[in-house]
Amino acid sequence: MPLHFELVTPAKLVRSEEVHMVVVPGTEGEFGVLEGHAPFMSTIRDGAVQVFRTEGAAPELIQVRGGFAEVGDKGLTVLAEHVED
Amino acid sequence: MASLKELKGRINSVKSTQKITKAKQMVAAAKLRKAQAAAESARAYAERLAGVMASLSGKVAGQANAPLLMRGTGADSRHLLVVANSDKGLAGAFNSNIVRAALLKARELEAAGHSVEFYLVGRKGRPVIRRAFPDQITAQFDTSEIRNPGFAEAERIADELVAMYEAGRFDVAHLFFSRFRSALVQEPTVQQIIPVPAPTVAPVAGSAEAVVEYEPGEEEILAELLPRYLKTRIFGALLENAASEQGASMTAMDNATRNAGDLINSLTIQYNRSRQAAITTELIEIIAGAEAL
Repeated sequence: MPLHFELVTPAKLVRSEEVHMVVVPGTEGEFGVLEGHAPFMSTIRDGAVQVFRTEGAAPELIQVRGGFAEVGDKGLTVLAEHVED
Repeated sequence: MASLKELKGRINSVKSTQKITKAKQMVAAAKLRKAQAAAESARAYAERLAGVMASLSGKVAGQANAPLLMRGTGADSRHLLVVANSDKGLAGAFNSNIVRAALLKARELEAAGHSVEFYLVGRKGRPVIRRAFPDQITAQFDTSEIRNPGFAEAERIADELVAMYEAGRFDVAHLFFSRFRSALVQEPTVQQIIPVPAPTVAPVAGSAEAVVEYEPGEEEILAELLPRYLKTRIFGALLENAASEQGASMTAMDNATRNAGDLINSLTIQYNRSRQAAITTELIEIIAGAEAL
């Protein structure tokens, strides 16, 4: 089962896609989110979000600043003030 | 009656005015589309953040240790009116509508015994507000170098406001801008931005009831998100304002173009009439002269 991942900035919806896993740099340590993760909210320190499209694939790095992550029924939503592609 | 030459001159000058208003109308139409798209794409972030804020603030509200931005200073005496205007005219009553709403609110607050200060964004509202409240403009945010309002500007405005708030310069801040309804309708709107009112978004069914884990604690997340939420609100207002300005400009310029067309028509009729009158007079003179022989 894929995980629905959304990355949103104030200017636009950067990503909205199905991925395998996302590793998020939370303020209290990195955490990985897979499908079916328990509801969770965390602030994010500035750094790279790693997106694994498929199991075992090389991660895609997205630099975010001023971020916030929310895990709910609908998957993972990362709100970031700035994103550097 | 104006001479033929004068009439001709007036017709030409109205024609060139019409060209200008027509060009401005087309520019506004093109920019309106862009501004609307920008406002549209900013909505996703604002909605999600408002949702998170709603669920968080419901838990923290009423507690004594709620962040300062949320619970306020406890006083209600000094008000700051943040008035967002544009830098350019040719937009009909767009700027004056916003300014009028702000002045109305200011008088109301002063009548209730509160002190009022202004924080201006954009250039157009300044002269009017300065005439009404000469020494109460604390600061002005210069947007004359900015083509499209970006998040960076909203960030700078919000940072400035928060700094002033934390320094104890005011208790309550209101934001005045024009909400974009359609190209024809823009509503001057006032929102309280500080202390941050809890968003009234219906919690997402199901997910709100589920036990959510917070990292770090709820208060810390809220304290972090409040300034961001403020920035988002200001950013949204700036975008709405930009779209409204273009919409108002388009409508005003469309009217102006049509008026100029009407004016040209009536002037042309007048021109033709006086030309014919002149010809008739000449003919009469010639015939009278011939008969006299």
